[in-house]
Amino acid sequence: MIGRIRCIAFNTFREAVRDRVLYNLIVFALLLIGSSLVLGQISIGIEKIVLVNLGLTAISIFGVVIAIFIGIGLVSKEIDKKTLYTVLARPVKRWEFIVGKFAGLIGTLSVNAGLMALGFFAALLFEQHKFEQTDVYLLAALYFILLEFVIVTAVAVLFSSFSTPLFSTIFSFALFAVGTFGDDLRGFAATTHGLTKFALTAAAYLVPNLSTFNVISLVAHDQPVMGRLIALNTLYAVCYSTLVVTGAVLIFERRNLK
Amino acid sequence: MFAIETVALEKTYSVGFWRKATRRALKPLTLAVPEHEVFGFLGPNGAGKTTTLKLLMGLIFPTAGTAKLLGKSVDDPQVKAQIGYSPEQPYFYDYLTAHELLRYYAQLSEVPAKIQEMRIAAVLERVGLKDIGKLQLRKFSKGMLQRVSIAQAIVHDPRLVFLDEPMSGLDPMGRREVRDLIQALKGEGKTIFFSTHILSDAETLCDRVAVIDKGELKGIGSIAELKSRETGQSEVLWQGSERLAEMDALALQVYRSAEYWRAVVEDVNVYPAIDLVRKNNGRLISVTPTRETLEDYFFDRLSAPEVTR
Repeated sequence: MIGRIRCIAFNTFREAVRDRVLYNLIVFALLLIGSSLVLGQISIGIEKIVLVNLGLTAISIFGVVIAIFIGIGLVSKEIDKKTLYTVLARPVKRWEFIVGKFAGLIGTLSVNAGLMALGFFAALLFEQHKFEQTDVYLLAALYFILLEFVIVTAVAVLFSSFSTPLFSTIFSFALFAVGTFGDDLRGFAATTHGLTKFALTAAAYLVPNLSTFNVISLVAHDQPVMGRLIALNTLYAVCYSTLVVTGAVLIFERRNLK
Repeated sequence: MFAIETVALEKTYSVGFWRKATRRALKPLTLAVPEHEVFGFLGPNGAGKTTTLKLLMGLIFPTAGTAKLLGKSVDDPQVKAQIGYSPEQPYFYDYLTAHELLRYYAQLSEVPAKIQEMRIAAVLERVGLKDIGKLQLRKFSKGMLQRVSIAQAIVHDPRLVFLDEPMSGLDPMGRREVRDLIQALKGEGKTIFFSTHILSDAETLCDRVAVIDKGELKGIGSIAELKSRETGQSEVLWQGSERLAEMDALALQVYRSAEYWRAVVEDVNVYPAIDLVRKNNGRLISVTPTRETLEDYFFDRLSAPEVTR
């Protein structure tokens, strides 16, 4: 079982890293990080704030774009190309396929985020000429971005397990956009009453609360990220993505691969 | 034990926006294919061949009925380790080489690591891709992808091989190679179930064939039995300079091919036809009783009522 999942995950990773589109996005993200140096030059006194905000946001946005665009094709592309048929005709269970694909994409995104983070830290070193003690908080911010990728990938895989690529893209981006304002949605739900309150609260807990992973402004101002938040966010990301991937598996197990 | 056994296997899809309408893709199909047989599944496009194959592969779920492969349920992992499947018009991972793809499938089929490389090299050679095993699949032609598809179906040395339209996209040379490959697999004792709408391929390769149309089994027959079945007609072949008006009246068909005249006559009219050739100073070449061809059987079954066997 583990061997088959690892095999599917590795194949997904290998296929993704050989796709040139991925490199175009990474290069574009690195260019954006580089350009933050220029913007920093004209922002007297707040060079680091501009660099951190722009750099980490670029890593987050481009990572999410990659997660959604590869994630939505994970299942549908395999059905279109009929590669899934040849995989499932072997002793591979459907849930193993979904978990393997999910793990492979997480691996791809981790490597991409690592590459973009290297570019970001190089730009930071160029700007500051040395690393400061507070820069360690940037690692926490990067870790949260990675957790965000895990959730977005899970969501993309869920939609991919039953919908067309077009609708999967729309649904995934919509959920990402709503999730980015998760705290605001919960706050808004608290101000309403009756059925509206119930519906909004349900929606607020159903969509991923991605705002909790955004500590970019905090670390840009050298503010620490608490250990408790790291633990809670890790737990939230693991539970949420596990539930979503389980949903994807349950749907996919029953799906006729026409 | 049968290699393939279906009992009243049926598939109906819900269609339309509200999923209230239904479309019957496969009417109850009862079929048994013994081991070591090459079985052809014939039918026009959209007849239900691929639906049947997908049901046997567990890719879609039956609405009713049962299917067994090698005596076990189609979902049994032990069974799946012993079957190979090549889908119709296959495409694979663009950025993988043929060698990497075969290793991936060998790993999924749990081929022992020690013999994986040996198996991959042997299969690549067998399908004629030995020299381009390191080339990425996005650079492969349709025919080459078809060969890769067959290679992945046999890389784990399965007992039962399913091939969905294996000749599609192949040039005459490629078709011949695939035919030879199927014959070689049969020689190794494998059971082969392949769907096709190319009757000449089925006639050359199969022990038995089933004809399916509009999701309904129309007939099952042995090729040997079919070929021995006489039609009650004979073909008279002769050399002569001009068309014989009397032969036109006597024969069912008269036509000229190359330097010979051919007439298809009822068996009772064979001797009068020979006399006619003699009388007109023609040179008689041959008289051959005509036998039923797979094409005759195919078209005959397409218009026949449903049978279950």
